[in-house]
Amino acid sequence: MPKTLYDKLWESHVVHQEDDGTALIYIDRHLIHEVTSPQAFEGLKLAGRKPWRVSSIVATADHNTPTDHWDEGILDPVSRLQVETLDANIREVGALAYFPFRDPKQGIVHVVGPENGATLPGMTVVCGDSHTSTHGAFACMAHGIGTSEVEHVLATQCLVQKKSKTLLVAVEGRLGKGVTAKDIALAVIGTIGTAGGTGYAIEFAGSAIRGLSMEGRMTLCNMAIEGGARMGFVAVDDTTIDYLRGRPFSPRGDAWEKAVAYWRTLKSDEGARFDRVIQLKAEDIQPQVTWGTSPEMVVGIGATVPDPAKQTDPVKREGMERALQYMGLNPNMGIKDIKVDKIFIGSCTNSRIEDLREAAAVAKGRSVAASVKLALVVPGSGLVKRQAEAEGLDKIFTAAGFQWREPGCSMCLAMNADRLEPGERCASTSNRNFEGRQGPGGRTHLVSPAMAAAAAIAGHFADVRDLL
Amino acid sequence: MEKFVRLDGLVAPLDRNNVDTDAIIPKQFLKSIKRSGFGPNAFDEWRYMDVGQPGQDCSLRPKNPNFVLNQPRYQGAQVLLTRQNFGCGSSREHAPWALLDFGFKAVIAESFADIFFNNCFKNGILPIVLPAAEVDALFKQVEATPGYKLVVDLPAQAVIRPDGYGIPFQVDAFRKECLLNGWDDIGLTLRHADKIHEFEEKRRIEQPWLFA
Ligand code: SF4
Repeated sequence: MPKTLYDKLWESHVVHQEDDGTALIYIDRHLIHEVTSPQAFEGLKLAGRKPWRVSSIVATADHNTPTDHWDEGILDPVSRLQVETLDANIREVGALAYFPFRDPKQGIVHVVGPENGATLPGMTVVCGDSHTSTHGAFACMAHGIGTSEVEHVLATQCLVQKKSKTLLVAVEGRLGKGVTAKDIALAVIGTIGTAGGTGYAIEFAGSAIRGLSMEGRMTLCNMAIEGGARMGFVAVDDTTIDYLRGRPFSPRGDAWEKAVAYWRTLKSDEGARFDRVIQLKAEDIQPQVTWGTSPEMVVGIGATVPDPAKQTDPVKREGMERALQYMGLNPNMGIKDIKVDKIFIGSCTNSRIEDLREAAAVAKGRSVAASVKLALVVPGSGLVKRQAEAEGLDKIFTAAGFQWREPGCSMCLAMNADRLEPGERCASTSNRNFEGRQGPGGRTHLVSPAMAAAAAIAGHFADVRDLL
Repeated sequence: MEKFVRLDGLVAPLDRNNVDTDAIIPKQFLKSIKRSGFGPNAFDEWRYMDVGQPGQDCSLRPKNPNFVLNQPRYQGAQVLLTRQNFGCGSSREHAPWALLDFGFKAVIAESFADIFFNNCFKNGILPIVLPAAEVDALFKQVEATPGYKLVVDLPAQAVIRPDGYGIPFQVDAFRKECLLNGWDDIGLTLRHADKIHEFEEKRRIEQPWLFA
């Protein structure tokens, strides 16, 4: 029987299966950061257990770390304690690699793994972080777990899992100029809803996906969780293999050849059956902007803010009204008429080199509007930062009036000093526009890096296609 | 983990779709390196009029009188009733820790986000999925009836209303066993340690690059 990529990934990791379908799944890569791990390490110690395979661990500090004045260290004592707790835990148990605060390769866990070749096709990848779905770009079974499961993986190298259903999202055709992977992701979520993928593993396929770089595929898989799916992935092709060649933890020599031969089998067979299929035409996808407090509340840049009065479902209508009130928007106003206070280019969704190139292409030779209070560019890792600097992107950004920062999660979730004040409105390349996500009372609109740069220049949302 | 068998608990209604884990426990509280003490900050942004910070004495903070969980009639609630896609967003297990610390032992919804759903079981909270029509009827009854309680009977897999009407629900056999017995997952998995070793050795030979 023809198999889906998900079938192949699943079957190759089953250690044991119960009659009701519950299975023990072996975990190849365990990514760790400071926020969701301290209680797991403590639990392990209290139970007198040892980590099963420390060489599966790749760790970094990212959520709490500041993005400027690194010489001063972490000023917030609570954040500092959390980062120091991670330092101490890794020092005690060990890891394949650890990129602590201020390490030249430190960065957001989902940027650091792939760029070091620590995420390889066919792996199971877990992390106490929902955006672990990012690693699915490499044909991995990659998903977020809770802290109890972090402890479970530390102790047993396995997780107790049930197989998901499969959803094929096929995007055919060519993306228009100025339309990016982020716009595909938002358009898909707008189509299926934030709960549309619940219970499913999503395979992204079709010529538009094949045409994406690894950075673009990571952006797309990163957002799978916002569509409710635990994971999203893309089959292996030349783009995957070219990306991995020569990375620090990629195999070399004979092992590389053998690995590549195996990796090439990591795709759905011709005629494989999916539980559900969704098709999108790349040509139909416009640059997207969210208007509400859930990623499914999204429209194209040319559209207007939806009118709750036209919504027939009462619970949905109330949700829309509440979102508009929180966001300080009126129904039927043009998206392009919405003014922004702050710009955030960064996060595990959009902080890789290609994202920064796309934003810089828009910013080049232009200036951030005077009405914009702060425009931040936060590279995803130290490696991304240095690459961007080698290409002169930092100069383009700073000349335009953007701030160029040290790597980390930053204003994606505002656990450090980078945040919105109540009522402030932000064009953000991150992944969540929930109430308070970027600071209590802050208002987030999700967009691509190019669209964020366009909003920075215009002072309000603008169609990036007019600037290219 | 504490056992969950049968509960006869006061119900609190949270009539919203897509309640996310940032709302259940805002990020400033994730800086704690402990598992307990999150209850006073559950739903912090909705519950209080000021901006919450770690380490505050929450009893001194101004409460939002309009937030449902602040109403006197819902104090001591153990069952949370809500709508679609509850617990979406961040994987933070601090969300079920906060709900548990607040006093909730069961959550009834039309649907849950996947990771949150999973995290509940690891902490002895029972998440129950019921059809939209049943949830809707429960909302109407709770709002109309001060002191409204529900019996959650895990062995029988039923939610029983005060009028005696029982609503069946599904739960995985394995998860049910774990809840009923208060079993620790890790201990259960380690019974298969030999199999894990065997699998690992095979993998090491077939894909040595994974073990570099
Ligand atoms: S960048 Fe944002 S979404 Fe990504 S890991 Fe950091 S906090 Fe989470």
